[in-house]
Amino acid sequence: MSIDLSTVPQQIVNGVTLGGMYALIALGYTLVYGILLMINFAHSEMFMAGAYFGLLFLNILSKVAFFTSSTIGFILLYVIVFLLAMTCTGILGMLTERFAYRPLRHAPRLAPLISAIGVSLFLQNAALLWISSRSIPFPVLFPVKNYRIAGANVSTLQILIVVSTILLLIGLDTFISKTKIGKAMRATSQDRDAAGLMGVNINSVIALTFFIGPALGGAAGMFSGMYYGNIKYNMGFIPGIKSFTAAVIGGIGNLRGAMLGGFILGFIEAIAAGFLSSGYKDVIAFLILILVLIFRPGGLLGESVVEKV
Amino acid sequence: MGGSKMDVMTSIDSGKLSPKKIALYVVLALAAIGLPLYFQSVGNAFMVHIFALVGIYIMLSLGLNIVVGYAGLLDLGYIAFYGMGAYVGVLLGYVFQGITGGPGSALAGFSYWFLLIPAALAGALTGIALGTPVLRLRGDYLAIVTLGFGEIVRIALTNNIGGLTNGSAGLPRVGEIIVPAAGQKWVYLNLSSANFTFSKDLFWYFVIVALVLLAVFVIRRLDNSRLGRAWVAMREDEVAAAATGVNIMQTKLWAFSLGAMWGGVAGITYAYWVGFISPESFNFMESVLVVCMVVLGGMGSIPGAALGAVIIAGLPEIIRYLAQSPLLSGVLTAEQASAIGDYRFLIFGGLMVVMMALRPQGILPSKRRARELTEAEAIIEEENESLWEAEHKHDTPHGL
Repeated sequence: MSIDLSTVPQQIVNGVTLGGMYALIALGYTLVYGILLMINFAHSEMFMAGAYFGLLFLNILSKVAFFTSSTIGFILLYVIVFLLAMTCTGILGMLTERFAYRPLRHAPRLAPLISAIGVSLFLQNAALLWISSRSIPFPVLFPVKNYRIAGANVSTLQILIVVSTILLLIGLDTFISKTKIGKAMRATSQDRDAAGLMGVNINSVIALTFFIGPALGGAAGMFSGMYYGNIKYNMGFIPGIKSFTAAVIGGIGNLRGAMLGGFILGFIEAIAAGFLSSGYKDVIAFLILILVLIFRPGGLLGESVVEKV
Repeated sequence: MGGSKMDVMTSIDSGKLSPKKIALYVVLALAAIGLPLYFQSVGNAFMVHIFALVGIYIMLSLGLNIVVGYAGLLDLGYIAFYGMGAYVGVLLGYVFQGITGGPGSALAGFSYWFLLIPAALAGALTGIALGTPVLRLRGDYLAIVTLGFGEIVRIALTNNIGGLTNGSAGLPRVGEIIVPAAGQKWVYLNLSSANFTFSKDLFWYFVIVALVLLAVFVIRRLDNSRLGRAWVAMREDEVAAAATGVNIMQTKLWAFSLGAMWGGVAGITYAYWVGFISPESFNFMESVLVVCMVVLGGMGSIPGAALGAVIIAGLPEIIRYLAQSPLLSGVLTAEQASAIGDYRFLIFGGLMVVMMALRPQGILPSKRRARELTEAEAIIEEENESLWEAEHKHDTPHGL
């Protein structure tokens, strides 16, 4: 097979954009896993919900003339839409925790997993029945330009997505490592009972985790809507699995691992897309997931996990 | 909770049937035989089709129940084994046609009967092939790896892997056929009368019922075997089970492959009944539906798994049918009834959450599983109680 090296810079740019989205979603999986030791299957629906909330607020706020009249207005519009969509998705995440997971905190491990699948099924079908069963166009309201950098086409959208992703990642990292609440979260993930005895309010830490994770996933959903130009009720499934793979690559429970894993997966996918037929492109992530789990279940940055008795 | 412990233990040990239960089984058997015959005689072929379809789902639900209910392993790619059975059955059917002298030959009709066991083995072997590397993983990792495996199988089928599966257009290709099973034509010719057609769906319905009965028999025997007890021990505490001599990998592999085997049987049966298969019949949603059936009915319980399949695969269709019948025509409009069909996934999703919170053992639970799934406090309470009982017993001789 001949390899066309001239496409490599372009693949790298695509990989970074995709990887950023994966990293944002993967953080949600890893945060929840770190604290509750459960895979939040409904997280892919948070990604979907974020995109729908984003479209809703974009439609409402773009009717205000101020936002669409100037560059400053556009920037403000998108910042506000993002914050609103992230907040709403975060609240949705907290609600799922309150009603679907909290009652099961002492149940066998299979129970919250099944409950999460139920939430995922419910939210997907809620979007299908009450909004639309078709894909909905997601408008980009500002003019998109293409720049030629080092042999690759880079659009304004990609720059916006990558820059905002990096800002969000740095913000989260600082929040977790520097603030008092972040310290409480780290303590809770190390030993929930001991943290509780030291005066950490476990319930609010868990609720906060279920706010932050879905909020980041929701932001990724909005990015995805802008990037691909449309959203659909089942858009979360494949990115959800891929981001979970990213979280596992980095070592589940490890925040920086999830960020790294997201970008690694984005790169691998973008590069492999050049060699494999498009029909098989989703298989790559599944194969990586299975191989990593079999040979290095702790991931790249994770510690090896010992089964607790 | 207290006090019932002895009853539970004795009823697990004895498998005796009460007269009430026998009456229930007789009613169920009469309904299972009578209703499809009734529907066929009034010309409602659609309901016969639904009965057969529910039968297929019961088989899948019973098979997955071995994995999820008995062994406690969450498999989210179970439908891949169903797909394997279907595709292997059809592809080997072509080979069989070649050997017996073309699809028109008298012998070709035996392909389904002859290939039933190879298809079951295909399912079981796929289960072993997947299980060997991944069964070491912990519960939630296993769930996601099996999900990935299921998707890989579906994607491979969609992409016409090896030029065998004809991609998303499905099998058989134009000009090929899946030969109807021997017996199908015979019953049509000999058991039909002027106002009753012994249709293809009806024939397959009875084949499926026979297979379901076989599955129930085999799985009941397994449940009470050494292997069945090893599954329970492993599910309750893997470390303790390993310490008492249960070979964990082997026990898990048995569960995986025996569960997958029934997936294979259901797959080939579906393929030969419907006469057409495509990868979209084997998607992730189907896997989730079968998990729903097991969870809703009651993990580890045979009647539960069957009931779950009836509710999830059958109830929306039955409600839709009843809405058209004079019985309910005033109560539900046709639109409302079809809305129930549309809302079923939403309802099942919500139901899974509610069930886990309120009744994790399912509608018809196995007694042992119910005890495990109830809260830890209840177990502690019982432990205290048995401690008290032990002390009490110790006291009695003194009293005498």
